[in-house]
Amino acid sequence: MALVVLVVGVGWTTDAVFWSPYTTYVRIPQVQPVPFSHQHHVDGLGIDCRYCHASVETSHDAGLPPTETCMTCHSQLWTQAPLLEPIRRSLATNTPVKWTRVNDLPDFVYFDHSIHVHKGVGCATCHGQVDQMPLTWRENTLYMKWCLDCHRAPENQIRPRAEVFNMKWRKPDGEAALGRELVAKYRVETDRLTNCSVCHH
Amino acid sequence: MNANAPLDLERIRAQLGGARGREYWRCLEEIAETPAFEGFLRREFPTGASEWRDEFSRRHFLQIMAASFALAGLNACTKQPLEKIVPYVRQPPELTPGKPLYFATALTLGGFANGVIATSREGRPTRIEGNPDHPANLGAASVFMQASVLDLYDPDRAQAVLRAGEPSDWATFVSAMNAAMGDQQTKRGAGVRILTGSVTSPTLRAQLAALLEKFPAARWQQWEPLMRDNVREGARLAFGQIVETHYAFERADVVLALDSDFLFTHPASLRYARKFAGRRRVALPAGAGMNRLYAIEPTPTITGAMADHRLPVSSVEVEDLARALAQRLEISAEAVATPHDDWIAAVARDLRARPAASIVIAGESQPPAVHALAHFINAKLGNFGGTITFTDPIEPTPVNQLASLRDLVADMQSGAVDLLVMVEGNPVFDAPADLNFAEALARVKTCVRLGFEENETSRFCHWHIAAAHALESWSDARSFDGSVSLVQPLIEPLFEGKTMHEFIDALAQQPGRASYEIVREYWRSQGWTDFEKTWRSALDKGVVANSAAPPRAVTLAASAPPRAAVGAPPGAIGKTEIVFRADPTIWDGRFVNNAWLQELAKPITKLTWDNAALVSPALAQREKLQNGDVVELKFRGRALRAPVWIAPGQADHSVTLHVGYGRARAGRVGAGAGVNAFALRISDALWSGGGLELARTGETRELVSTQKHHSMEGRDIVRVGTFAEFKADPHFTEKHEEPRPEPADTLYHPGEFKYDGYKWGMSIDLNVCIGCNACTIACQAENNIPVVGKHQVSVGRDMQWIRVDGYFHGGLDNPEMNHQPVPCMHCENAPCELVCPVGATVHDNEGLNVQVYNRCIGTRYCSNNCPYKVRRFNFLEFNAGMTPVQKMVKNPDVTVRSRGVMEKCTYCTQRINAARIAAEIADRKIRDGEIVTACQAACPVDAIVFGDLNDPASRVAKLKDQPLDYWMLGELNTRPRTSYLAKLRNPNPEMKS
Repeated sequence: MALVVLVVGVGWTTDAVFWSPYTTYVRIPQVQPVPFSHQHHVDGLGIDCRYCHASVETSHDAGLPPTETCMTCHSQLWTQAPLLEPIRRSLATNTPVKWTRVNDLPDFVYFDHSIHVHKGVGCATCHGQVDQMPLTWRENTLYMKWCLDCHRAPENQIRPRAEVFNMKWRKPDGEAALGRELVAKYRVETDRLTNCSVCHH
Repeated sequence: MNANAPLDLERIRAQLGGARGREYWRCLEEIAETPAFEGFLRREFPTGASEWRDEFSRRHFLQIMAASFALAGLNACTKQPLEKIVPYVRQPPELTPGKPLYFATALTLGGFANGVIATSREGRPTRIEGNPDHPANLGAASVFMQASVLDLYDPDRAQAVLRAGEPSDWATFVSAMNAAMGDQQTKRGAGVRILTGSVTSPTLRAQLAALLEKFPAARWQQWEPLMRDNVREGARLAFGQIVETHYAFERADVVLALDSDFLFTHPASLRYARKFAGRRRVALPAGAGMNRLYAIEPTPTITGAMADHRLPVSSVEVEDLARALAQRLEISAEAVATPHDDWIAAVARDLRARPAASIVIAGESQPPAVHALAHFINAKLGNFGGTITFTDPIEPTPVNQLASLRDLVADMQSGAVDLLVMVEGNPVFDAPADLNFAEALARVKTCVRLGFEENETSRFCHWHIAAAHALESWSDARSFDGSVSLVQPLIEPLFEGKTMHEFIDALAQQPGRASYEIVREYWRSQGWTDFEKTWRSALDKGVVANSAAPPRAVTLAASAPPRAAVGAPPGAIGKTEIVFRADPTIWDGRFVNNAWLQELAKPITKLTWDNAALVSPALAQREKLQNGDVVELKFRGRALRAPVWIAPGQADHSVTLHVGYGRARAGRVGAGAGVNAFALRISDALWSGGGLELARTGETRELVSTQKHHSMEGRDIVRVGTFAEFKADPHFTEKHEEPRPEPADTLYHPGEFKYDGYKWGMSIDLNVCIGCNACTIACQAENNIPVVGKHQVSVGRDMQWIRVDGYFHGGLDNPEMNHQPVPCMHCENAPCELVCPVGATVHDNEGLNVQVYNRCIGTRYCSNNCPYKVRRFNFLEFNAGMTPVQKMVKNPDVTVRSRGVMEKCTYCTQRINAARIAAEIADRKIRDGEIVTACQAACPVDAIVFGDLNDPASRVAKLKDQPLDYWMLGELNTRPRTSYLAKLRNPNPEMKS
C-alpha cells in the first residue's frame, strides 16, 4: 500500500513539475540586457513584427534585430536614456547584445518559421499576444504535444495569410469551416505533418 | 587479426580454383573459413563488444534494475537550460540568419585546382562540394577536397609566428626579412633559395618572377613528393619539348592503362572519371558502345579494379610490355619477348580495330621511356587530335623536381644558402632519403617556412609562419585543363594565418599588401576588357571564362621511340621490387592529421589508420607471411619494419608501400599511424626499385581493416555480368534471383502507406562506381558523423553511414574486384521498424525510414534485425572533448548524436525538408534534381541518383525501369528503395581472363 502511495506520489510530483512554469517557462518574463517592451513598440508604435524579425518569411530562423536595427530609431529617440545604454555601447564597441532566449526548442528539433508563416500560422498563434507584453515571456509550453495538437488538426489554428502578422485578428465564428477551407487552399498536407522526419533530422 | 588461425593460402587457392559460377568472397579470412572468422560472422559486433558476461542471473538482473525501470522515462525530465541568443551588431546584407551562403572557390592538390562550392553557415565554412560549373571536376569532389574543411578547424594547426620555437609576431618577421634580403642585395640574391611545391597560381608566379628579377642570382626550386617529372620528361623525349597531354575519355572505345591510376591520382582524375563513366554506363537500347579498359599494374588500384582485363606485373616489366606492344603495332622494330605475348597481341588487335578511338596512358610512376612509347603508340593509332590533345604546360614554370631538389641540397651542403624560404612542404620527411635533406638543412643560415602545420621540417626552421587555409585565403590557381579559378575566403584567418602571397611579399620587401590586393593587382595587369565585371563573374561562377589552355599541335621528335637506353637491369624481372605509391586517403602525408581521412577505409585493402606492405598471396606463401606480420624491408642499404597485408591482385614480386605515414610530428590524430615509406625511397627509386629483401621479424602489428565487418555470407549481393550477356538478354541478371515473395505476402500491414505524394528512392549504378570513397566522406561531413579511432574500428564500431564494400571474384592472384556503396536501403517493409520498443525508428509516408534520435534508448534491436547492416550505434560519446573550434565544422541542420543513440543514412532528410519548404513557399512541386543527397553530389562518376519515383520523368524512375536494376537481398521482401544497377564487364572475346 505504501508502495502504491509512493509511486503515485512520485508520479504526481513529476507531472506537476513537468507542466509547471519552472520547467516550461510559460508566462515567466526573462531578464534581458534591456527591458524591451513589445507592447510599446508593437501596440503603441505600430511597428510590424518583420521590421525586427526580418527573416521570418524566408528562413527557419525568424531572426533577432541587429543592434543597427534598434539604432535606426534610437540614434534619434531616447538617445541619452540610461535604459538604452547597452544598445549604444554595443554599437560603439562593435560587441553584440546577448539576449536571453525566450522561445527555444531542444537542439534535436528543427522548426522552420518560413513555412509556418507561409501556410497561415499567425505569430500570435504560437507566441501569444506579444503586442500586449510589456516584457517578453513564453506564452506556450512549445512541448511536442502542443505542436502536435495543431499538426494533427491544423484547421483549428490556421488563419488567412494576410492576417499572419495581424495581432488583432480573432477567429471568426464558423472558424471550423474557414479553417478547412484554408487548409485546402494552402495545401496543408495533414497526413504528412505527423511524420517524425518533418521536425527531427 | 593476428589471433586468428594462420591462413592456408594453398587450400584457399584450391578452393577458389574449384569454384563454379559467380562466387564472391570478401577477404581471405572468409574463404579460409578460420574458426575465428566464423565466430566473427555469427555476431555482428565482435567478441566482448556487447555480451553480458557476468554471473548475474536474469532474475537477479531484473531485481537490481527494478528501480531504474520504475524511473525509466524520467531521464527525459530535464529542464531545458536558458540559452543566449546573439544577433549581429551590423548584419551583413547578403546574410539571412539560418540560411547558408554558398561561395565558389577552388582547392588545390599538387598545385592543380578543382572548383568547389563551399557552404558557409553564419560565417563559418561547414561543407565543401564540387562546383558543377567548373570544367575541371564537373561538380565532383574527391575525398581530399571534402576533408579539407576539417583541416580548417584542426586544433593542431599552426597558430602563431614562431621564432626558434618561441612566439613572435609578423612585424618582427617582416623586419627580419627586410634585413636578410637587404644583406643579399650586393650578392644579387645569390644566397637565397625559395622552395615551393608545384605551382600553377599565376599570381604567385608573377610575384616570384618579380622577386627573381630583383635578385637575379636567387633560385626558385620546386619539390612535390608525388612529382610528375616522368610525365614531363616523357613528353620531352617524344616531342622535344614539354607539353601537357589531355585525354578525352568520352571518345575512347578502348583504353590501355600502363600503370596509370588515371581515375584517382591524375590531376584531372575527377573529370576523367566522369567522362570514362559516361562510356561505361549502359542504357537501353542495348548496342550502345561500352568501352573496354585494359590495365597493367604492379599493385591493385582503383583504375585496375575497373579494368575488364588486368595484368599484374612488376613495375619494371611495364616498359617491356609497352615495347612489345609498340613492336606489334609496327612502331618499332625492337623485338621484345615477354611472358605475356598473347595478352599484348590481343590488346594490339583491339587497339588497331578502333582507330582514333583509343587511349594509351602511362602513369607518373613509369619512367619517361614508357611515356614516350605511349605517345608514339597513340600517334600510330591516330588518337592525336581526337581522344588525345595537347597544350602548353599548365604550370607556368615546370621543372624537373628531382633535379631541382638535388641542386638545392647541393647548395645547402656547400653552405651557399643564406636564406631558405619554404612555402609549405615537408622535405625533411618526404625528400629522397639519399639526399639527406635534414643534414643539409642544418647548414642553412636562416630557414623560414610558411606552413599550415608545424611538421618535421619546421623543427629546423628559424622562423615558422602560420599559413592560412585555402578557405581563409585570396589566391588563384589553374586546373589541369588550364582554367583559372580565383580562390576566395569564406572566413577571416582563424589564427592570423598568412597566404603564400603575403609571405612572398614580405620577402620582396613589399609587406602590407593584403592577399586581396595582391591577387587583384595581378589580374588587373592581365588586360581583361571589363575588369570589375570579369572579376565578379569569375568569383560568381568559380572559374574565369574561356581560360582553358588552347590546344596546340605537336610533332614527334623522331620516327621511332627511343630505344631502351636504361632498360630493366639484367635479372631484375623476377627479383622482389619495392613500389611506392600515393596513399589513397592521406596522399603524401599531408592529410595524416585529418581524422576523417585516417578513418576512411582505403579503396582496395579497406585498411584504416595504418599503411602496410602489400604483398601478393604468392609471396606471402613463399615467405610464410600472415596479415599483420612485421617484416624488415631492406632496400639498398636502408631498412624499415612494416606490417604485411596480403593483397589479392598484387604482382608476384612487388611489395607496395603507400607513402605519407609514419610521421614523427603529425598532431594528435596522425601520431603513431603507419610506417614511413619515405625512409626507403631514394632518388633513383622514386616509384619502384628492384633488389628488395624481406625478412620476418616474428613480431606482429594489429592492422585494422573494415573488410571483414558486416559480411554477408555469400548471398546474391552484387550481380556481375558481361556486356555480351547483356546484349543477348538484357534481363539476364534476373536469372540469378531467388524467388521473390508477393508484396502482400508479409506480416507487415500491407497498404499502410499509399505513397501517392513524393516517393523517394535511390539508384546506384555499380557499373560506374570506382570505389573512390568520395560518397563516404561526403556523408560524414554532411551528417556530423564522428570519428571513433583505430581500436573502435577494430571492434566493428565504425560510424560511417555509407560504406563501399568490395567483393572479389576469381582466383587468388588476380581477382576481379567489384565495389558496392551501401547506404540505408529505406525498406518499405523495414525489419528495423517493427522491433523498436520505443518507436524511434518509424516510416514516413514518402518512404523514408526515419530514425528519431531523441526517442532511441539504445536496445540496438533494430541493428540486429537489419539484413544490410547499415545501422550505426554510438557506443561511446564519440563527440566528447571537442574544442570550440572543432565544433565549428558541424552541420547545424543535422542533430549531433549523443552516446546510446542509433543512427543511419537518412537520404539526407534535412535536404529533402529544405527542398520541400522552398517548393511549398514557391507553390510548386519539387523538381527532379533539386534534391541532391550528399553522396550523390560528391560522386565523380554520378553513380548515385536520388529522386521521386512517382515522377515518371525523373532520372531515378527511369533507372529503376532498367533491366539491370535489382534489389539487394530482394528475396527477403524488404522492398528496399535503394536499388542497384548490375555491373557489367566488357571482356575481349579473344582473351580468356
